[in-house]
Amino acid sequence: MRIRFEKRRDPSQVMQAVTPVAAVLLTMLIGAAIFQAIGYDGPRAVKEIFFTPILASYKWPDVARRAAPLILIALGLCMGNRAKVWNIGAEGQYIVGALAGAGVAYFTKNLQGFWIMPLMIAAGIVGGALWAAIPAFLKTQYRVNEILSSLMLVYVAAQLLNYLVTGPWKDPNGHNFPQTAPFTVWQVLPHTILGTPFPPGLFIAFALSVVFWIVMTRSEFGLGIRVVGDAPKAAKYAGYNADTMVWQTLLISGGMAGLAGVLEAATQSGQLNLGFPSGYGFTAIIVSFLGRLHPLGAALAGVVLAITYVGGQVAQTVVHVPSSTAGIFQSLLLFLILASDVLVKRRIRIDWAPAKTQSVGSAT
Amino acid sequence: MAETKSALNGSAKPRLELRGVTKRFPGVLANDNVSLTVKPGEVHALLGENGAGKSTLVKMIYGILAPDSGDVLWDGEPVKIPNPRAARKLGIGMVFQHFSLFEALTVLENIALGLDSSISQRDLEAEILRVLDLYGLKLDPKRIVSTLSVGERQRIEIVRALLLNPRLLIMDEPTSVLTPQEVEQLFETLRKLAAGGCSILYISHKLHEIIALCDTATILRGGKFVAECDPKKETSKSMAELMIGANLKEINRPAGRALGYEKFAARGLSLPKHGDFGVALKDINFSVRAGEILGVAGVAGNGQNEFMEALSGEMLAKSPDAILMDGIAIGWLGPTERRAQGLCAVPEERNGHAAVGDFTLTENGSLTARRRMGFMQGGLISGGRAFAYAEKVIKGFTVKALGPSSTAGSLSGGNLQKFIMGREIMQEPTALVVSQPTWGVDAGAAGAIRQAIVDLAARGCAVVVVSQDLDELLEFCDSLVVINLGSLSRVMKVGEVTIEEIGLLMGGVHGDPEATVAMTEQLHAHPI
Amino acid sequence: MSLEFLIAALVTIVSVTTPILLAATGELVVEKSGVLNLGIEGMMLIGAIAAFAVSYETGNPWLGVIASAVAGALASMIFAVLVLFLGSNQVATGLALTIFGTGLSSLIGDSYIGMAGDSFDSIFPTALAEDPIGKLFFGYSPLVYIAFIAVLAVYYFLNRTRAGLVLRAVGENDVSARSIGYSVIGVRCAAIAFGGAMAGVSGSYFTLVSNSLWQPGMTAGRGWIALALVVFSGWRTGRLLAGAYFFGLFMTLELYAKASGFSFLPSQFWASMPYLMAIIVLAIMSARESGGAEAPACLGKTYIPDA
Repeated sequence: MRIRFEKRRDPSQVMQAVTPVAAVLLTMLIGAAIFQAIGYDGPRAVKEIFFTPILASYKWPDVARRAAPLILIALGLCMGNRAKVWNIGAEGQYIVGALAGAGVAYFTKNLQGFWIMPLMIAAGIVGGALWAAIPAFLKTQYRVNEILSSLMLVYVAAQLLNYLVTGPWKDPNGHNFPQTAPFTVWQVLPHTILGTPFPPGLFIAFALSVVFWIVMTRSEFGLGIRVVGDAPKAAKYAGYNADTMVWQTLLISGGMAGLAGVLEAATQSGQLNLGFPSGYGFTAIIVSFLGRLHPLGAALAGVVLAITYVGGQVAQTVVHVPSSTAGIFQSLLLFLILASDVLVKRRIRIDWAPAKTQSVGSAT
Repeated sequence: MAETKSALNGSAKPRLELRGVTKRFPGVLANDNVSLTVKPGEVHALLGENGAGKSTLVKMIYGILAPDSGDVLWDGEPVKIPNPRAARKLGIGMVFQHFSLFEALTVLENIALGLDSSISQRDLEAEILRVLDLYGLKLDPKRIVSTLSVGERQRIEIVRALLLNPRLLIMDEPTSVLTPQEVEQLFETLRKLAAGGCSILYISHKLHEIIALCDTATILRGGKFVAECDPKKETSKSMAELMIGANLKEINRPAGRALGYEKFAARGLSLPKHGDFGVALKDINFSVRAGEILGVAGVAGNGQNEFMEALSGEMLAKSPDAILMDGIAIGWLGPTERRAQGLCAVPEERNGHAAVGDFTLTENGSLTARRRMGFMQGGLISGGRAFAYAEKVIKGFTVKALGPSSTAGSLSGGNLQKFIMGREIMQEPTALVVSQPTWGVDAGAAGAIRQAIVDLAARGCAVVVVSQDLDELLEFCDSLVVINLGSLSRVMKVGEVTIEEIGLLMGGVHGDPEATVAMTEQLHAHPI
Repeated sequence: MSLEFLIAALVTIVSVTTPILLAATGELVVEKSGVLNLGIEGMMLIGAIAAFAVSYETGNPWLGVIASAVAGALASMIFAVLVLFLGSNQVATGLALTIFGTGLSSLIGDSYIGMAGDSFDSIFPTALAEDPIGKLFFGYSPLVYIAFIAVLAVYYFLNRTRAGLVLRAVGENDVSARSIGYSVIGVRCAAIAFGGAMAGVSGSYFTLVSNSLWQPGMTAGRGWIALALVVFSGWRTGRLLAGAYFFGLFMTLELYAKASGFSFLPSQFWASMPYLMAIIVLAIMSARESGGAEAPACLGKTYIPDA
């Protein structure tokens, strides 16, 4: 008996939709088994991680809080990943975006006005984009792999945060804690908006996912993104410039990560400290794949992963699993969605009889 | 009508015999009850157009595939050939159409990798030199493969097979990558082998070569055995008709066409080498008039791809007037702008270059036609208009596809090529540049494509066709140039130049100047 | 600068270079076969905790090293199954392995936080190992010597053995290798397992040599530096060795800066240096060569076997 994969004539639409769901379900099963094996109450952990945040409505604002930055970053990553431009360093751009916003806050700490917030946001977007411009430059000018360059810059960004928050931007009234001064009233965003319990970032994220969807599927630029990823020679033939696309995708995903960073700083923490880097930049990679590199899928996937974050915290208190739990489930999810990808383009064929040559010895 | 030469006619047992061999794949019956007999020392042609089942049959002989039913006999005894190693053990060697070579490694390392047993590098080198000497071939074992010409690379594959001391050598479409001089040299090698008792199974669709070389020909069509004949007693036309199964349609060219003014030209087009394995273009000059079809002949690897990219706009020229269209300097325009000016191009590679396999036909249409055919509406591509165009192309060129929403990858090679050619031709370009228009395409589709090109030219378009198939070019081009090492030869009018002259311009025998001279003299004595 | 200081500095450089040298040597073999495994950081952490746990429980650090190799190899098999058998995207799968390894090691390590572990006894006689000059050659933990031997062994394997030739061929042209009859999947699987084992052993350095304890995320990005090192080396073992020490120099500078507090540049600058140097070095190398013409031609491409 042999199992092999046979190419489908056209990719299966059914599988495209079913596999993410199947991946989530399998993650729950396997995750429960792993934790059970190590000595925790596996099924209970899974329940807390996946179901409690959905069922307990008082957790929804928490989920929304986490979903916003994940979706924002993932939108940019979807675009880049489709073009096979791998921005692994989104976390660094997220940090630098927040730093840029905090910088504006630092210099306007004695000023007032409604113009401060938009300026902070703009600074965040530009800051993130500039941080991503470095790998773009290195790739187009020196052919340096963007995976490595963007990733190295994450560590550099973390050191930059460390330096600013323990040095020049340290809060003079902060008892020497490594943190910036709290943002003024002009420098924060409300935690909830439009009468809902959800933060403004979430609405921005959903709105942008629709925009990204239209751009990716209907615009000339979107066509170019998809061709460059699948067939670089065809992209050139169709008139797209690969280097320009590298710049465009990196700047856009850097800007989105920076936007997520400044929004997070302005909405949630109201200041910056060493604990700011939250790993959203890395988790957003999982979000983009779970969402099948599709903007609307990413929006949904962002909510799912936000659920695991919130649920992970619940599980910590209830089942006493360690804080690394959410990360394990998230990476399992990524493994499974990647594994199930094969079913979209190929179908499973089982050959029951071994391949044999014809019978020997028929008489002439 | 199965006519089998019986082994009982007094001569020795047949080297190889296939009886009623059948092979089925999902959706297609590749070989239907095929029988074949190859005598010892015989040069036996396996003839058929693309898709007739030749490759499948031969893969079964070499152990890559197993027949669903039927018998294989070797030296009169039934055998099972479960894998290529077993085939090699019997003494069957094969030289594939697509080489299995490793560019970054040396000739010696490549051959070592292809061997079943391990033998020391020094012994191997000695063996290789012996074989080269025995058959009069020139190859340097220490060269890195990426520096070799296509003809030289084929010699590596041949040496690999010869080292086995084969009793049956299978050659799969060997001459599509050779100059006429190299073809003659190959034939010499094969004749020597056959004289030594080795049987040769020679797969091709090149009729005049088969007439020159082979003792017997088995013709396949649509997976079935059609006839076994003696090429020396047939004509190209009669064998072609057996291959296609219909009366041969001549290409319809209106007689006495007047060619118009110069529409498309290159002046001093030069481009530096791109990357390690590229070819530099050196001072390319040509001029094509309205209604004219210029053929660019040459063996692969002499700059055809660079030439195409320079013309399509994928590589920009050094100065704007290196390329002129209707008098306008377009050297610095990219592909989209050149299309707007009326220049359409079709690169050699269907998959991954001219079309994207995972995209629908609609999207593939948008790749090149979106601006010229007006799909754009306010910055977005109109799905409706793109769909309509794809439909038009599918109908106009009878592409066998379920509809514009099928993916390009789901189409057969011939149909995809028809779609791609249709996509460009229906943009009614002022000038069309196309590379390898009928590569790997069945005769029916190939004929339709050539006719479409001819009709386009008749409407006043200037056409440049780059092809490795000299016969094809001679069939429907008005004038001819040869590209060799990045330069173009002088322009020749088709009908006023000889094959060996063209072959010389292509480079004679690569890597072997003495043989080039010798071959050319021989050709003067016995034209192919 | 005294001789004693110089020797101490050199000893430090050699030591801190060891984990990246081990991991990079493994990844070199993997990439030569045509596969890009970004999961090094995750496999290192899994190796680290495996080494700590086993050596803590058994009291034998050598068993810890073996455990780290096995754990690393097993973790790499998750990657191998996805990438080789299911044809999944190598970049994303490698990343998933890193995230998974980080989380799993943290999970297992949770019960080992705060415990004091074992370390190696010197393999050379004390007189040599502690001699002021001799310690430059004899005073290292066994892992340092293993790293050297590994580099030499890999050089010999790739360039002088038939199996190494086959591996290089698979990385150059997988389709051709398959049609000649080699099992591309088998060769790559073996290479990935080797890379995983090496990454695992390099992780054990952190819990058995440089420290004798466990902390989540203690590899601090060394796995990524190892990846940069493979690119920097042009996939050649000689350059790999030299490049490793180059990075080691900067990592040592970081340590000294923290310890002695160079005050004219903030400590965070020195902490960033290895990463900034990695970027600069990659830029110089990629620009000088024909941008990766030395890279195995199939690196990172998904291999789709014929039915």
